[in-house]
Amino acid sequence: MSGAMNLLIGLAMGFSLVALASSRLPSVIRAAALQGMVLGMLPLLLEEKFHWLVVAVAIGTITVKGFIIPNLLRRALRAANIDREVEPLLGFVPSLLLGAAAIIGAAALGSELPLRPEHAKTLLVPGAFATVVCGFILLMARAKAISQVCGYLILENGIYLFGLLLINSTPLLVEAGILLDLTVAVFVIGIIVDRIQREFDTLDTRKLTSLRE
Amino acid sequence: MKEIYLIALPLVFAGAAFAWPNERTRPRLLPVAGGLHALLALGLFLNPPSPAKDAWFGFDPLARAVLPMVSLLFLVCVIYGVAYLQIRAERKNRVFVTALLVMLGLLSLALQAQNLGLLWVAAEATTLVTVPLLHFNGTARAFEASWKYLLVGGTGIALSLLGSFCLGYASLHGGGNGDLTFTALVAQGASLTRPWLITAWVLLLAGYGTKMGLAPMHTWKPDAYGEAPGMVGALLAGGTTTMAFVAILRVKQVVDAAGGGAMTERTLLAFGLFSMLIAALFLLGTPDFKRMLAYSSVEHMGILTVGAALGGAGIAAALFHVWTNGLTKGALFLSAGNIRRAAGAQTEDKVAGMAWRSPASARIFVAGVLAVTACPPFGVFFSELKIILTTFQTNNLFTATVFLGCLLFAFFGMSRLVFAIVDGRPRAATRATGKQFRETPGVIVPPLLFLGLSLWLGLATPPLLRETWATAAKLLFPAP
Repeated sequence: MSGAMNLLIGLAMGFSLVALASSRLPSVIRAAALQGMVLGMLPLLLEEKFHWLVVAVAIGTITVKGFIIPNLLRRALRAANIDREVEPLLGFVPSLLLGAAAIIGAAALGSELPLRPEHAKTLLVPGAFATVVCGFILLMARAKAISQVCGYLILENGIYLFGLLLINSTPLLVEAGILLDLTVAVFVIGIIVDRIQREFDTLDTRKLTSLRE
Repeated sequence: MKEIYLIALPLVFAGAAFAWPNERTRPRLLPVAGGLHALLALGLFLNPPSPAKDAWFGFDPLARAVLPMVSLLFLVCVIYGVAYLQIRAERKNRVFVTALLVMLGLLSLALQAQNLGLLWVAAEATTLVTVPLLHFNGTARAFEASWKYLLVGGTGIALSLLGSFCLGYASLHGGGNGDLTFTALVAQGASLTRPWLITAWVLLLAGYGTKMGLAPMHTWKPDAYGEAPGMVGALLAGGTTTMAFVAILRVKQVVDAAGGGAMTERTLLAFGLFSMLIAALFLLGTPDFKRMLAYSSVEHMGILTVGAALGGAGIAAALFHVWTNGLTKGALFLSAGNIRRAAGAQTEDKVAGMAWRSPASARIFVAGVLAVTACPPFGVFFSELKIILTTFQTNNLFTATVFLGCLLFAFFGMSRLVFAIVDGRPRAATRATGKQFRETPGVIVPPLLFLGLSLWLGLATPPLLRETWATAAKLLFPAP
């Protein structure tokens, strides 16, 4: 069981790197969406016996992370008529190197922290920390609002991954994490609403600089 | 279970406000809801219910020590809000009024939350519901401010969820059964797994510290406070930050019970002093009087954190400071909002002579700045004095030195800017604003009320309040 799980977690880490390396916004969105779908499948593997709550969580996660949010993002992309380039503040190669360093660091940290026997063989902890850091890099190293939102999405995926450690003991807390998706939705709706209310020609956050000392 | 009405009442009113058909009369729901909420809070304050065991929320001593202040702050702010929304009749207020009421409900929930997960949910929802409040003016600058607020605040809140998970795992790994109420976590004490506990503390402090606006995670604050309507700024500075501070105190209680007291004190002290230092430096330079209030808020969050780091008496003093700072900030934000309206600008190169243009607001603003920079006999002086005395009692001379130095520089910075905008001759640009801003009682009485409350807290702190703060501090941090 943990073999299949580790494969999926590895795949999810791979998608973080794909997102860091992509130069086009639609492919960043796709990487984040695929990662969300992969993570959505994990609870099914984690559970030994079939439980309707777990199935509901899995279906909900896949729908929200894999379809609803990416679709909202694509709509924002169209509504705001942004060109598809990513415009990195930090180049793709340095971002990738940082991402790789994050994975190594997370693996090292994961081996330091004590785990319960049923989690000891999985990559959940290193996978979670690596994904959080990759999301953080994407959030900070890209200029466009949409790619920042994708970074937030990946950060949130990492947190969801970590939540799987607790899904048996405190399922409600883990499900509360879905509220983070709501944050993403507010981000995107904010872009769309603002676009409708007012013309602004670019979604380059570097231009959001009228507020400063 | 009377405490559930504190949460339910504003939410019911929020629903009513959303359905209310008339733009002009809708804001009047605000003071009605605020008044009922304040009465309820007062009733619970005077006759605290005995806390139910294992409940997910409850009016415990810590909630009792801060919730009435938030309720009072909300009430006075929305009285101002009625007049404010009348002036701003050109903007639709359905979402604004609804979001304000939802915010009150969520704050009441978060302050009473006895469960790590519920606390997080309330904090997250408060973050989301603040966004339409910040975006009320609908300008490009307001969009920028709400974007930064959501990005920084959202990341902070995500980190605090990760921290909550880590604390949950510390409990699970240490043999817990997945019960994440604070009483259960405290009871587990030293059996919480140490490395996970430390990770959880770091993440939760960073996360809730972002919400609170501690440096270096304070970057959203000047933008949000600078662009939001004055009353929203007051609610953020006195309400949301109090919620985050309470969250940090509750987590600290768990970490302390697990034997991490030395670590929490050291980290809180470092964050607190750093915030004060950063705020003092920025206060010396900022040309914008609404952003100045944001830096002042960062400074006072630093003061609260230093107080929390000192334990026992320091925490009681910090809870005192929650009251004095929140209510004094109310006077400042509301009068600053008036000055901003009258002048049509908010930087010192465009605004001057406000003592002539909006005499009442300018006078309240000056008095408020003196109050918040700890001039006696206002409340802030006494609460800060208590914290200083605690630093001396605990032999923290270094802390006391930095603390006093920062206060001095903050005073220099704030008085410089305030007199620059109040004194002098009105600028040509400010004279040319078409519609004259009139200082009606509706916009003058609420900030005056806040000043009065600040004075009252300083001159005649009710013994019952003192006792409440001391009880909360003792219950959260029993002396070793």
